[in-house]
Amino acid sequence: MKPLRKLLDRVEPHFVKGGKVSWAYPLYEALDTFLYSPNDRTSGSPHVRDSMDLKRMMSMVVIALVPCVFMAMFNTGYQANLAMGSMEVNSATGWRGDVLSWLGMGYNPSSFIDNFVHGALFFLPAYIVTMTVGGLWEVLFACVRKHEVNEGFLVTGLLFPLTLPPSIPLWQVAIGISFGVVVGKEVFGGTGRNILNPALTARAFLFFAYPANLSGDTIWTAVDGYTGATALGALATAPVGSSLTNLVDFSWWQAFVGLIPGSMGETSTLACLFGAVFLIATGIGSWRIMGGMLISALGLSTLMWLAGSDTNSMFQMPPWWHMVIGGYAFGLVFMATDPVSATMTDAGRWIYGGVIGVLTILIRVINPAYPEGVMLAILFGNVMSPLIDYFVVQSNIKRRVARSVA
Amino acid sequence: MEHFLSLFMKSVFVENLALAFFLGMCTFVAVSKNVKTAINLGAAVIVIQTITIPANNLIFRYLLQEGALSWAGYPSVDLTFVGLICYIGVIAAMVQILEMTLDRFSPTLYHTLGIFLPLLTVNCAILGGTLFMVQKEYTFTESVVYGFGSGFGWALAIAALAGIREKMKYSNVPDGLRGLGITFITVGLMALAFMAFSGIKL
Repeated sequence: MKPLRKLLDRVEPHFVKGGKVSWAYPLYEALDTFLYSPNDRTSGSPHVRDSMDLKRMMSMVVIALVPCVFMAMFNTGYQANLAMGSMEVNSATGWRGDVLSWLGMGYNPSSFIDNFVHGALFFLPAYIVTMTVGGLWEVLFACVRKHEVNEGFLVTGLLFPLTLPPSIPLWQVAIGISFGVVVGKEVFGGTGRNILNPALTARAFLFFAYPANLSGDTIWTAVDGYTGATALGALATAPVGSSLTNLVDFSWWQAFVGLIPGSMGETSTLACLFGAVFLIATGIGSWRIMGGMLISALGLSTLMWLAGSDTNSMFQMPPWWHMVIGGYAFGLVFMATDPVSATMTDAGRWIYGGVIGVLTILIRVINPAYPEGVMLAILFGNVMSPLIDYFVVQSNIKRRVARSVA
Repeated sequence: MEHFLSLFMKSVFVENLALAFFLGMCTFVAVSKNVKTAINLGAAVIVIQTITIPANNLIFRYLLQEGALSWAGYPSVDLTFVGLICYIGVIAAMVQILEMTLDRFSPTLYHTLGIFLPLLTVNCAILGGTLFMVQKEYTFTESVVYGFGSGFGWALAIAALAGIREKMKYSNVPDGLRGLGITFITVGLMALAFMAFSGIKL
């Protein structure tokens, strides 16, 4: 690796202040620190000695997401192959069909590799578009505003395609991530300074701008002309009294593992669970937020399940189903715990998680406009989080004042 | 009771005056730099709404509505066309009373709110609340609940915005967007999050 280091050192003078291409310094810096750990030292106090820097933290989240990415590719292909089997279509249309036949892949839903490669042909394009377009905005802002290109984008860029349905047109992916990166993050000054989760901002923007491509029952399986609603969508429109098992043709266990139609990365609760264990063990994701969201959602959905309703079929969904379908697990593990947009105080984290959990179930059950509620619930939590922190801090101050007087 | 609870929830979240109807934006954007002031202003709006909307409800029902004057012997008179003037007059009077009360009992708050207190008179959220009340033909009790709820929703929104703006002290906003520009973007993003409630039928 010596020659690479030498090459980087040799071109450095061009990029530093006064060099020919000094405007592109953030690019050089990003590449350099990506490949080698920098040997700059902090000058002046305070010093924090900790191996956990932003770069490391973000890489940990990316690692935690690996099971989800894996399941995203597998399940997208699996659902597509299943649907093609039931429609008796023999080969995929468009360039994906060409690539698959060139690779010599079949369309057998029971073959692991067939599913995986077919799914990858849906996930990877979305991921590549996200990284290219979003990365371009990042670099543009970094060069103009002279800040560093930040690893935070690696996480945003991986989370965003995971929340999309497989059939999404790629130009919408590009528009969505542009909105998320520019309006959701960069206008506030970049990573760590945003108020809403950029990946969710991007998704919410697409959700309201192009509802036909982000909701409905024709988009969840990556085969043209195939309609299959998600369990939430099916139940939301179902007549009262029809039970869950008649509406969806999969078991709880299948939903838990993630072999159901849905957005690419969100279907597998199992994969999210792996991620959750990893995030909690490394101390990156707050277990308080996850706990708060879990307890409140479980509590409220149990109450509603027990209460029942004559007019709303969503009341019949048992709490353990709420946990495994839709984006609940994915949002709980990866979206709500985003340390930038969540609350900062410990008590605040419980409240914040609780608010999101309650709101998720409320939107799912009593809001007929949206079958899924996690995305908007977390955005609402993000909006309220500074206020929650404010009240927690104020009550601490009040308590301490009272203690010192007594 | 359930009916009033759902009306309250609806006026706070679903039909949030600030983030669903974008009413009262001038004060909303101007007085949200600091959570404490924002909460105080929010409290003032709650008080004003809870008084003026029921008061205007009474005026509408017993003076202006078509046939409302039948008790005075004019069953065919319809005075709804002077509605706007009457409502704004009531609001102005209420704001004046609130201002004098604050000046007497809480001079610090009176001075922090400054010009925005009298400006509540022309705050579109306040008049908007009354007009919604007329349009939706609320009864007197409903109008009390609606007044309190809509004021509370507005107060919640301004407090949340103030919280975000206090946190944004750490942001590094591009020069051209500093101040009002970024605030408008923030309000837009907040409204996006409040879309969570639109469509809820209570």
